[in-house]
Amino acid sequence: MRTHVIMRPIDNVATAITTLNVSDKVAIDGFDDVTILTVDGIEFGHKFAIVEITEGTDIIKYGEIIGVASCDIQAGEHVHVHNVDGKRGRGDVNDGLQTKRIQKN
Amino acid sequence: MDYKLSGYKRTDGTVGIRNHVLILPTIVCATQAAMNVTKLVDGTVSVVHQHGCAQVGVDYEQTFRTYVGMGLNPNVYGVVVMGLGCETHQGRSVADEIAKRTDKPVELVSIQDHSGTLQATAEAAKIATRIVQDASMIEREPIRFSDLIVGTECGGSDACSGLSANPAVGYVSDRIAQSGGTSILAETTELIGAEHLLAERAKDDHVAKRVYEVIEAMENRAFSMGVDIRTGNPSPGNRKGGLTTLEEKSLGAAAKAGSSRLNELVSYAERPSEKGLVWMDTPGHDIEQLTGMTAGGAQLVLFTSGRGTPTGSPIAPVIKISTNSSMFETMNDNMDVNTGTIIEGKETIEEAGERLMQEIATVASGKRTKAEIFKQHDFGIWRIGPTF
Repeated sequence: MRTHVIMRPIDNVATAITTLNVSDKVAIDGFDDVTILTVDGIEFGHKFAIVEITEGTDIIKYGEIIGVASCDIQAGEHVHVHNVDGKRGRGDVNDGLQTKRIQKN
Repeated sequence: MDYKLSGYKRTDGTVGIRNHVLILPTIVCATQAAMNVTKLVDGTVSVVHQHGCAQVGVDYEQTFRTYVGMGLNPNVYGVVVMGLGCETHQGRSVADEIAKRTDKPVELVSIQDHSGTLQATAEAAKIATRIVQDASMIEREPIRFSDLIVGTECGGSDACSGLSANPAVGYVSDRIAQSGGTSILAETTELIGAEHLLAERAKDDHVAKRVYEVIEAMENRAFSMGVDIRTGNPSPGNRKGGLTTLEEKSLGAAAKAGSSRLNELVSYAERPSEKGLVWMDTPGHDIEQLTGMTAGGAQLVLFTSGRGTPTGSPIAPVIKISTNSSMFETMNDNMDVNTGTIIEGKETIEEAGERLMQEIATVASGKRTKAEIFKQHDFGIWRIGPTF
């Protein structure tokens, strides 16, 4: 029974496809085993860090940027809205730069 | 693998997979009378909405295009347009435009011309009865995937959407494109963060430029509101399902587009002129997107969901596909196909995709979807201007 999926080798998060409990050990191809640190565990469909992710580092899933760490995240921690900010559609912090960046692409 | 499909060949060369008579109120004031007709006359469908008056400019045009597109959809055999009489969106203009572009039966009934609700209802019901009887004489014939415009959509997504159901729909989208049919990718909001991947696949620079234009316009709407788009999208249910940011949701949503070349980018409710993969500029709102795609000519819609949803269209069968097996069980009233098997390792994306191809063929040929059985006749127009 698979416990998680990692979409691309460069991803720094995995998606749980079964509920993982605190202290569960998860084997990650090409990385050290990860021990689930989050006390409430990781629900089906939710993400956990497979490496340490420092504040300000991009969160990578599907080999693409899905957001940025809003604080330091340990390997094995739940990765979700409490520790990740979106980078797009941010009308609350927008200074017009995001739109310009798109145009340049 | 060869699949057998049947449908109704229309005289304008299009093919319907349903044979509805649409009672189309072009103004909110006529929606109740239109619903009265559907209660009296079997074989008719209608919609409830709050639009059609005090609209101007591009917003007027988009609503007009949506009404006309609903009437033009090949699943519609004939149309009874219902108006009030004094409104901005004149029923006459909508009826004339449908009549100009097809030779299907189109009639107009205005409430003020018929001395009120009761006589207008009776007149529309009389006309509808005749059209329904004519429609019932049409027989199904063999059709092909190349006759289809298939809309694709995800709603109530979870973190599995991008792993199971959306890639399976992407496989189908590629198969439809290879077969000479059309597959519509939509929900521009939920492609923010994935636009570069689609622009790379654009047929030419013009289409690639349009990709960035519609994304920029959509993101600018969030900027103009002065809030984080995450306050509304991903929704609370998306977040509970494990989706953290709009970008994450978008990358999963883009999987519905498979790997085909992006041939065209059309406006909301505009009929594609190209075959293959086409992007329609719509919001992420499930019903507004669904309405745009069906008004753009989609005869059938594939709708993936991780949370489960009753969504359906008055004129097009919507096949609802669950991303995970547990929701397929708990929300089985509303779901048609399960692809949670992909996550469980029981089926590959290709195997689930072929199962979906078979379901499309069966549903096209007459099998009713859960949403059709529940008469889930959702309709919502993407308004792009204020009401005056």
